[in-house]
Amino acid sequence: MSDVLSLIVAKYNYWLYVILMMIGLYGMIAKNNLVKKIVGMNIFQTAIILFYVSIGYKTDATIPILKNAHDAHGAAIHAADYINPLTSCLMLTAIVVSVATFGYAMALAVRIYQRYQTLEEDELRMRLSEE
Amino acid sequence: MRVIAFIVVCLTGALLLYGTSEFPDWGDPKSPASLHVSNYYIEKTYEDTHAPNFVTAVVTDYRGFDTMFETAVIFTAGLGCFLLLRDFRGKKEHYYRHIPTGVILHIKDEKKSLTVGKEFGYMDKEWVPPDLINKTVCRILIPFIQIYALYVVAHGDFSPGGGFQGGVIFGSSLILLAISYDLKTLVKRIKERLLGIFAAVGVLIYAGTGALCLVMGGNFLDYGKLAPLFPGYEDHIRTLGMLVVEIGVGIAVMAVMTIIYINIVSEGRHDEGL
Amino acid sequence: MHWPIDIIVLTFVIFCAIAAISVKDLLGTAILFGAYSFLMCLLWTVMGAVDVAFTEASVGAGVSTVFFVAAIFRTSRRTKD
Repeated sequence: MSDVLSLIVAKYNYWLYVILMMIGLYGMIAKNNLVKKIVGMNIFQTAIILFYVSIGYKTDATIPILKNAHDAHGAAIHAADYINPLTSCLMLTAIVVSVATFGYAMALAVRIYQRYQTLEEDELRMRLSEE
Repeated sequence: MRVIAFIVVCLTGALLLYGTSEFPDWGDPKSPASLHVSNYYIEKTYEDTHAPNFVTAVVTDYRGFDTMFETAVIFTAGLGCFLLLRDFRGKKEHYYRHIPTGVILHIKDEKKSLTVGKEFGYMDKEWVPPDLINKTVCRILIPFIQIYALYVVAHGDFSPGGGFQGGVIFGSSLILLAISYDLKTLVKRIKERLLGIFAAVGVLIYAGTGALCLVMGGNFLDYGKLAPLFPGYEDHIRTLGMLVVEIGVGIAVMAVMTIIYINIVSEGRHDEGL
Repeated sequence: MHWPIDIIVLTFVIFCAIAAISVKDLLGTAILFGAYSFLMCLLWTVMGAVDVAFTEASVGAGVSTVFFVAAIFRTSRRTKD
């Protein structure tokens, strides 16, 4: 039992990220309203981005912008002084794609409401089976 | 249904947690993600490209293909919203308000265009009285927001920022105009055709820079080969290429954010909104 | 990085996420969603990824909330679950 506890204390941040991902996944599966499903999808996406960005963090390191840019021609740059820029740049593309998907999903929700006058999934299924 | 969903979610969570027990500790500089390629990016970026911001240099120069297709994704989302929602027929019933007395005319089934006198004003169905403080403050604030957006795009190499962030801020300033006045003001100032052209021109600038590098004899998006076109800029040519590409991204993103907002809030009819 | 800041902000983030998918009024969901985005942006700033935080602040707490409110203006505002 004590080694499980020490495991939780050492890796508490991964546990919290997994809990956040599962909240988003539950919202996508179990909720009836279409807009709540879209919100759950976005929570899931931002939790994954949080997980990736936290991998690139290094203790006692600074932001990935070069200090003293003008006289860095001769000075050596130590890689341990700056946090990892690679994970940040991959996640920039992920955020852009997530906002594009969110806007398009909202447009689809407005169109479904125009056609069927409801956004609840069980009522939608009833009206679809009546046609 | 909820019980099944809860059990599935707990099982998936437990499996993921079992997988994280082998991960490296948080903040470890020797973790495998921070060892091989990212060390090269940190140590050699200033020598190769003269850009102090490592993230912008990686995003627009070393991994420029990803950003080009990300701009194409944004353009496709704007195009999809336009195709899904745009309704060219317009509404059938119109409301007019007599300004001196406040009497409202409700005209159903207007087949030809109606000319009204100068005392009548066109109004939306959800009309609110004009708010002087709101309009004046937003009118003063919008040019400053736009200058800030241009600053963010231009300083992407030196401070946090870049093409995408500046484009979103510029698009937000146009949405602020639509919210504080009304949607017809925005549609009259910036026509829909111009927004569509801007969205396409942004992607074209990005791909065109890559094609220009091909024409000058290098690989696609190899900015170093553009040096003969700009004499005197030999060691900063890659920063110049990055700036041109970011301007393209900013223009495309600004147009697409405005297109998506206008189409969602008016259900495609472009006449009344929030 | 200071671990108390990390734990407190992460706890708020989890509360916001649980509340955003449980509230029955969709306008409340929109506001909670904007707050969730802003707290994520804080977390990323504390971890040092400033470009990602800038993007999330302009996109999540700006444009995304506006799209959400515009969509529920045109559809219904109450939901049954």
